[in-house]
Amino acid sequence: MKNKEILLGPLSKNNPVIVQVLGICSALAVTSKLEPSIVMALSVTVVVALANVVISLLRNTIPNSIRIIVQLVVVAALVIVVDQALKAFAYDVSKQLSVFVGLIITNCIVMGRLEAFALSHKPWESFLDGIGNGIGYGLILIIVGFFRELLGSGTLLGFQVIPDICYEWGYQNNGLMILPPMALIVSACIIWVHRIYNKDLQEK
Amino acid sequence: MNKQGNTYTILYASVMVIIVAALLAVVSVSLKPMQQANIEIDKKKQILSSVNLEPTTQNAVELYSKYIIDSYVVDANAAKVENADAFKVDVASEVKKAQNERQLPVFVAQLDNGDKKYILPLYGAGLWGPIWGYIAVDADGNTIYGSYFAHQGETPGLGAEIENPTFQSQFVGKHLFVDGVMKPVAVMKVGQKPLNGAEYIDAVSGGTITSKGVQDMIENSLLPYNAFLNSIEK
Repeated sequence: MKNKEILLGPLSKNNPVIVQVLGICSALAVTSKLEPSIVMALSVTVVVALANVVISLLRNTIPNSIRIIVQLVVVAALVIVVDQALKAFAYDVSKQLSVFVGLIITNCIVMGRLEAFALSHKPWESFLDGIGNGIGYGLILIIVGFFRELLGSGTLLGFQVIPDICYEWGYQNNGLMILPPMALIVSACIIWVHRIYNKDLQEK
Repeated sequence: MNKQGNTYTILYASVMVIIVAALLAVVSVSLKPMQQANIEIDKKKQILSSVNLEPTTQNAVELYSKYIIDSYVVDANAAKVENADAFKVDVASEVKKAQNERQLPVFVAQLDNGDKKYILPLYGAGLWGPIWGYIAVDADGNTIYGSYFAHQGETPGLGAEIENPTFQSQFVGKHLFVDGVMKPVAVMKVGQKPLNGAEYIDAVSGGTITSKGVQDMIENSLLPYNAFLNSIEK
C-alpha cells in the first residue's frame, strides 16, 4: 500500500466509523456540542497515532502471548497523559468530556488499528495510518456535532448562529437533537449519503 | 534469547510496567500545579455564579477578589474558627461529620450596589454521583438571593437539569426560616407541599431521585448554619 492511500483511505472508503463501524459508542456520547467533538477528535488522533508508532517500534520484541496486554498498557499510558494534559491546559473541556477521555482506552479504533496495522508495519506507515484513522473518526464526529449543536441549541462552538428573528417567528430548537439517539440517526444519514456516492460499498 | 519463552515474557512485562509507571509519575507531578490552579479558578467561578454574576475562566480570579470581600469558617455555634481558610475547607468530607463537629465555610460577597450576601457551600449525592452547589443568602440571613448547582454525572435532560438556570432561579426570594424556625427550602413534585410548612420549589420532572438529593443536600448542608444565620446583624 502506498503511504498516500494509508493516510487518505480512512477518510472515506475505509472510514473507521461509517465503514469499519468502530468507535460508534464514543461518537454518540460526545457529539451533543461541536467543541467536545473537536477535542475528542484531536485526542483520539493523538492517541492512535502515538500508540501506533510505539507498538510499531516494539513490534519485533513483543512476546506474542502478551501482545494484547502490551498494547493495552501503551494505550492506557497515552490516554492518561492526554487526560492530565487536558486537565492542565483545557480544564473546561476536560470537565465536559470527564469520563469520555478515559474511555478512549476502550475505543475500538485504537486497539483495532494496533492489532490490524501497527503490529505488522513500519513506524512511519503506522503513524500515517493512526493520523488517517483519527481524522476519519474526527471528521464524522465533527459533522455529527455540527448538526446536533446547530439544530439542538441553535449555536456553534457556543456562539448563537440562528438569529433572534427566527425565534420571534416561532422557530424552536429541537431538544431531541441533544439526546443520544439523534447521534445514531445523524450517523445513519451520513452513512446513507456516503453509500449513495460509493456504490461499491453498498451491501447486496 | 527465545522471544516466546516464559523468562523473556515476564522480563518484558516487568520492564515495560516500570518504564510506564515512571513516565506517568513524572507527568502527574509536573502538571499538578497547573491542574490545582484550574480547580481553584473553577471553584471561584462557582461561588461567583451563586450571586448571579457571570464569570468566565479569564476574569474569575479578578472578579473573585473584587466581589468576595471576606471569607471565614464558623462552627455550629456561630463562633469563628481561628486559622482556617474557608476556601480550602473540603465540604465533601465536612458534610459527613456530625453537625456540631463541622467546619462551616462562609464567603461574604459585596455587590456593586453595596449589598452584602453570604454564600454557603452545599454537598450531597444525586442519582449517579455527587452533586454540589452554593446558596447565597441576603444580609437578613433568611432570604435566598441566588443559587448554583452542579453535578458529576446526572442524566442529561433529567437530573442534569439542576444545572439549568430555570431550576436554580426558583430559589430566588425563598426563605430559610419560617416563623423564626429554620426550615430549609424543600424540593417537591409539582402539586405536593412539604409537611413541615417549609417553603418549596418544583422538582425536576423525570429527575425525582436527583431532586430528592438536592433537598437532602440543602437540608444536611444548611441546618448547621442555623446559629450563624441567626447571628448575622439584621
